[in-house]
Amino acid sequence: MRWTWFHRLASPPYLYGLAARLTPWFAWPAALLILGGLFAGLVLAPPDYQQGEGFRIIYVHVPSAWMSLMVYVTMGLAAAVGLIWRMKVAHAIAASCAPIGASFTVAALVTGSLWGKPMWGTWWVWDPRLTSELILLFLYLGFMGLRAGFDDTQRADRAGALLAIVGLVNVPIIHYSVIWWNSLHQAPSVLRFGKPTIPGAMLAPLLILLLGFTLFFAALLLVRVRAEILQRERTARWISETLSG
Amino acid sequence: MKAFLDMGGYAAFIWPAYGVTLAVLVLNIIWARGSLRRALETARRRSASSGGNS
Repeated sequence: MRWTWFHRLASPPYLYGLAARLTPWFAWPAALLILGGLFAGLVLAPPDYQQGEGFRIIYVHVPSAWMSLMVYVTMGLAAAVGLIWRMKVAHAIAASCAPIGASFTVAALVTGSLWGKPMWGTWWVWDPRLTSELILLFLYLGFMGLRAGFDDTQRADRAGALLAIVGLVNVPIIHYSVIWWNSLHQAPSVLRFGKPTIPGAMLAPLLILLLGFTLFFAALLLVRVRAEILQRERTARWISETLSG
Repeated sequence: MKAFLDMGGYAAFIWPAYGVTLAVLVLNIIWARGSLRRALETARRRSASSGGNS
C-alpha cells in the first residue's frame, strides 16, 4: 500500500498524463518568481559596501550555479533508481535533466567569469571551485555524448547511468572546494549550516530566485520527460489512444 | 535611468551576465517545447500509419 505511488509513477502512461497536468502549476509560479526576483535584485536590493553595484551579478550567478548542482543530483539519483529498480521512467528523467543542467552550468561559468574580471582582475583561474564546476560541464556533456553513442535505449540508459552516478562524487567536491582548498572564490554565504551571512534586503531577492529557478527546472523536466516517454514508448498502444483521445 | 543602466560602472559586466542567464532561461523553454513537439509529431505520424483503421 505504501509503495503504490511509486509503482504508479513508474508507469509511463500515468507519468505522462501527470506531467502534462502538473506543468502549468510549476511554470507560472516560476515565471512570476524569476521576473520578480530579477527586478528586486536589480532595483530594490541595496548596493554592496565593497562591490557597489557589481555584486548584483549574484542574482544570476548563484541561481545558475545552484541549478547546475541540483539538476546533477536529480540526474544522478534518477539514474541510480533506474539502474537499481530497472525503472524506465527514471532513466527518462535522468536523460531529460542533462541538457538543462549543462546549459545552467554554462550560465554559472560565464556569469562567474563576468564577476571575476572586475572583482578578482581575471576572467578565469585554475582554482578548485572553477575547475570542479568546469568538470561538471564535461560530466553533463559526457553523459549526453555517451547516450548518443548507443542505438539501443536500454544500453544507453545503463552506460549513462553509471557515468552519472560516478560523477556524483564531483558535487560535494564543488560545494566544499572553497572550504577545503585555498580559493579565490568566496565561501558559501547562503547555502551553509547556520544563518546566512548576507543581510535580509540582499538575501530576499536571492531566495526568491533560487525558488523560482527550482520551479522552472521542475516545469522543464515535466515537459522534457513527456518527450522522452513518447520516444521510448513509441510502439505502445496507449500512445495512439492518448493522442487520438 | 542612465545611472541605472550604468550600474555604478559595472554595466559591462552586469548586463552581459543577466543577458546570458536570460538567454539560457528562454532557450531552455524553446528547447523543451521543441523536443516535445517533435516527439508528438513523430508519435502522431506513427499512429496514423500503423493504427489508422483500428
